[in-house]
Amino acid sequence: MDEPRPTHVDLAASFENSGVRDVLRELDETLIGLEPVKSRIRETAALLLVDQARRQLGLATETPTLHMSFTGNPGTGKTTVALKMADLLHRLGYVRKGHLVTVTRDDLVGQYIGHTAPKTKEVLKKAMGGVLFIDEAYYLYRPENERDYGQEAIEILLQVMENNRDDLVVILAGYADRMDRFFASNPGFRSRIAHHIEFPDYTDPELLHISEKMLASQNYRLDDGARAAMRDYIAARRHQPHFANARSVRNALDRARLRQANRLFNEAKGPIDADRLSLITEPDIRASRVFRGGLDVDRLDAGRATGQAAAE
Amino acid sequence: MKLRQGQFSFLPDLTDDDIRVQAQYAIDNGWAVSVEYTDDPHPRNTYWEMWGHPMFDNPDAAAVVFEVNECRKEHGGKYIRVIAFDASPGWESIRMSFIVNRPATEPGFRLIRQEAEGRSVRYTIESYAVREPEGARYA
Repeated sequence: MDEPRPTHVDLAASFENSGVRDVLRELDETLIGLEPVKSRIRETAALLLVDQARRQLGLATETPTLHMSFTGNPGTGKTTVALKMADLLHRLGYVRKGHLVTVTRDDLVGQYIGHTAPKTKEVLKKAMGGVLFIDEAYYLYRPENERDYGQEAIEILLQVMENNRDDLVVILAGYADRMDRFFASNPGFRSRIAHHIEFPDYTDPELLHISEKMLASQNYRLDDGARAAMRDYIAARRHQPHFANARSVRNALDRARLRQANRLFNEAKGPIDADRLSLITEPDIRASRVFRGGLDVDRLDAGRATGQAAAE
Repeated sequence: MKLRQGQFSFLPDLTDDDIRVQAQYAIDNGWAVSVEYTDDPHPRNTYWEMWGHPMFDNPDAAAVVFEVNECRKEHGGKYIRVIAFDASPGWESIRMSFIVNRPATEPGFRLIRQEAEGRSVRYTIESYAVREPEGARYA
C-alpha cells in the first residue's frame, strides 16, 4: 500500500515550490526594521522545511511544537507578523487553513461559573486549522483573585495545545516584562512554547520610513518641511507617555490628514489639483500638541509623579 | 441489528479521519455542521438532541472531530450523528447526515400489530431499546 519513500530530497526545490520564498520576500519588503524578528522567522522556516524533508524520508514522525510567544512593546508589528506566520505555516502544510483568529482575555474568559469552558472551546474551534493569536495573554492570569475564571481558560488552552497540536498553533503576545512574569507563574505554558520571538522598538529613521510608507499607501506624501517636522515629531513623541511605535505614527498621520483637510477647506479659493490634495505640509504636523509637551493630563501626571518622588 | 440510517451506513464505521474529510466537504460547501445524539433509534425520530450549537463559523473540520469526541465522552453509549445544514435556499435543509457513533449492542426492532376497525391491522415498529426508560436504554 505505502508508496516507496524517496531516497533524497531537494531542499532548494521545496523552498521554491512551497511558496515560502514569496512569504519571506514579502516580509522583507513590507516590514521595515525588525531584523531579529525576520532572522528568527527565516530560521523557523528553515527548520520547518528541513522537518518536512525529514518527514518525507521517514526520519521524523511527530509534529514539531510550533506554539510561539511574541514579546515587544505596543505597535511593533506583532499582529502583522502573526498574519505572515499563519500564511507561512499554511504554505508549509503545518496548518490546514492558515487563517488568523485574534482574541484577548474577554473572548476566552466568561463572566460566571460554567461560562468560561464553552467560550474558550468555541474560540479554539474557530481557530482550528489556523493560528490563534492571544493578545496581551498575561491578562488571562490574575494572581490577585484566586477565583478568577482565567485559570480555567488557561487549563483548557494548555490541554488543547498539547492534544490538538496538529490542528492549531497558538501565538501568545504581549509586553516583554509582563509576559516573563506570566510564564514564571504558569510553567506549563513556558514548556509548551518552543519559539520565543522578541520584537525590538523601531528606531527614529525606521519610524520615519514607516510613516512615509503608510502615507504612500493612501496616496499622500510629505514635502521636505513636513518630513523634517515628522522627524522632530517622532523624536519628541518617543519620550512622552503612551508611545506605541508604529501605531503612534499612524495616529499622528491621521490627525495630520485631518488638519490638511481643514487647511485646504479654509484656504481654497477655486479648484484644487490632485497634487495639493495629496501633499501634507509642515504646518499640518507642527500643529501637533506633541511639540508643546504632549497632552495636558499627561503633563500633569508626570509633574505629580516627579513631585511625589521628590517628596519621598 | 446494525442501524442503517443516513449516509455511509452500509460501510464500515467511519474513522475520525473519515469524519474529518466528510465534514470538511460540508464546510467547504458553506453548510453548517452540527453534532446530535439520541437513544431512540426509531427512523421517524427526526429531531435528535443537539450537542452544542451548529458550527456556523468554523473553517476547519478538526473542530467537528473535536466535538464528536467530546460528545462520545458524555454519550458514548448512544447514537451520535453529524449533520450538515444548507441555508442557501432560505431555509435550513439537511444535505448530509451520517452516524459516527453507535451503542455496543443494537437490539433491533420488533413489529407491532394493532387490531383496528373491521379486522384491519395496522403495523408499526418499535425498537426493543425504548422499552427501557430514557437514559437507561443502552448500557
